[in-house]
Amino acid sequence: MSYIKRDRRAAWYMLAPALLMIGVFIVLPFLMSVILSFTDQRLVPNPNVPTSFIGWRNYVRLAEDGDFLNAFWRTATFTILVVPLQSVMGLGAALLINTKLPMRNLFRGIYFLPTVISMVVVSVIWSSLYQREGFFNYAVTALSFGAVQPIDWLQNPYTAMPALVLLSAWQGFPFQMVVYLAGLQGISQELYEAARIEGANRWQEFWHVTMPGLRNTHILVAITTTIFAFKLFTQVQLLTQGGPSSVTDTLVRVMYMQGFRQGKVGVGAAAAVVFFLLVLGISLVQRLLVKEERAIQ
Amino acid sequence: MADLHLTQVRKCFGNVDIIKGIDLAIRHGEFIVFVGPSGCGKSTLLRMIAGLEEISSGEITIGGRVVNDLPPKERSIAMVFQSYALFPHMTVRDNIAFGLTIAGEPRKEIDAKVADAARILKLDALLDRKPSQLSGGQRQRVAIGRAIVRNPDVFLFDEPLSNLDAALRVNTRAEIAKLHRDLGATMIYVTHDQVEAMTLADRIAVLDGGVVRQFGAPMDLYRYPDNLFVAGFIGSPKMNFIPVKALSVSADTITLNAEGLDALTVAAKGAEILPGTALTLGIRPEHITISHGATPRHQGSVVLLERLGHQIFIEVATLGGHSVTALIDGEEEVELGHTVGLTYDASKCHLFDKNADSLRL
Repeated sequence: MSYIKRDRRAAWYMLAPALLMIGVFIVLPFLMSVILSFTDQRLVPNPNVPTSFIGWRNYVRLAEDGDFLNAFWRTATFTILVVPLQSVMGLGAALLINTKLPMRNLFRGIYFLPTVISMVVVSVIWSSLYQREGFFNYAVTALSFGAVQPIDWLQNPYTAMPALVLLSAWQGFPFQMVVYLAGLQGISQELYEAARIEGANRWQEFWHVTMPGLRNTHILVAITTTIFAFKLFTQVQLLTQGGPSSVTDTLVRVMYMQGFRQGKVGVGAAAAVVFFLLVLGISLVQRLLVKEERAIQ
Repeated sequence: MADLHLTQVRKCFGNVDIIKGIDLAIRHGEFIVFVGPSGCGKSTLLRMIAGLEEISSGEITIGGRVVNDLPPKERSIAMVFQSYALFPHMTVRDNIAFGLTIAGEPRKEIDAKVADAARILKLDALLDRKPSQLSGGQRQRVAIGRAIVRNPDVFLFDEPLSNLDAALRVNTRAEIAKLHRDLGATMIYVTHDQVEAMTLADRIAVLDGGVVRQFGAPMDLYRYPDNLFVAGFIGSPKMNFIPVKALSVSADTITLNAEGLDALTVAAKGAEILPGTALTLGIRPEHITISHGATPRHQGSVVLLERLGHQIFIEVATLGGHSVTALIDGEEEVELGHTVGLTYDASKCHLFDKNADSLRL
């Protein structure tokens, strides 16, 4: 046996555990979802009504289902609001902890905390902040000298979504911060020095060196944050259950409700497949953008 | 006029002194090379002149103006980095124009200056390319172009040729020399390569351990090194150092010998040297010949032999146990393992005392 063949075999042995895990827990369930999405499978099967293939009917039903489409647009709205906010927070924090300030490692740790804390815990804490007697109402009332009355942030159709956006951005931004920090540290110090020699001020350095240097990082952050945002579920389920008047109902929650509450596993699976294609589309856009950038550099 | 003066310039990082009080007076239009081994402080010194590194004490003046506390852009300097430091997302044109653009100069003037620089550096055809589409040598020219357009009083080069291959290095070296002749600006150039230093400089500052060991014209450093360090650093192949003993001394000569070495009289300050004192004899490989017939000066056997054509490079293990390298005439008949006698040109010999200082008259 040639050494190349031996190496290949060794490589497969080493890959096997990971491939097995991915196969069993990701690929197989997904293939089953695809199959289920073409059936009228129920969560609790009725022995008298066997499961049968119904073709594209689940997909047609989704396309005609106002709730699903509304959930899609609401999720998109959430994404459009949370991605820029979270990215700017991440970049800002990364810029702060990338300086040579004393105790910057302590700040790195502190800033990273929200992401380490479970979303369930975060939701519980923030629900108390959003209460009528909570911090936000206290702050709003104090800052407006009593002109603005306490708001029921999570029960008000106008504030429920922004409240979720703020909470989610706070919980999620440390991830973007870490990615941006890595991006910042990848920018050559000599570029900053060259810019200084050429007479650039701090703002011009940021604009002409930092921002272009982070181009690929921006793309990565935007895409991953978008995908995370589309998966919005936990905080909605815990804080608003999709309310008030469904203004915070999201794609994943619809999937969950269809599949597990109403027992329509087939419809839920179809929603999951649509969701997968959506995320796949976003990832392909990223690949395209990054590839283009590589071609330039 | 952009004279540049360094007065007792120091740099400490914590308790560590990197630059230990340097005085240099550089005249307008001079090409100065800072040369020395890595870690000698040459790049730090350049960065201090540029304003990228604060100075711990001392004074730097450019054109009579103290620039200690001025930011780089107010020092009338331009710098070319080892890594070129071109902005990767900008075209060659935008890279060259960067300083002028952010200074808010009128577009027309910028275009004219960029066109001028591009012509001088033969970059005309590349102006719309990105740095990634250029070769190393072209990138270096863009970096130089970026420096030229701002018409600075002083150009600073930080090992600009280190990332280029050997052939390109020779070319670019010649281009930089020509640029200096054409622009007539003051240039300071940092390198660890003594060949670059010798070929480019009007004057060389040899740095070691944060101090200037000698500052002078290239041939002065070659002919009259002040100390062992400069003697060993300047010149390629390196100068031979042979431990010797003073046999007899006079005010202006020292006669010396060593095992296997016949008595040799060298012009040197002998006044403070006692007979029997251990000294170091320095002799460059190119100042050694093979002795024929007459008394051999230093005997040994050939342990390495490289025929270069017009010359032969040999290494000789002497009786005293030292190794001496010599560049001898290409027609000499020597073979590996032969015993040879080496003759040292007494007028080209250097003597150094135990403090490594030259005993030159």
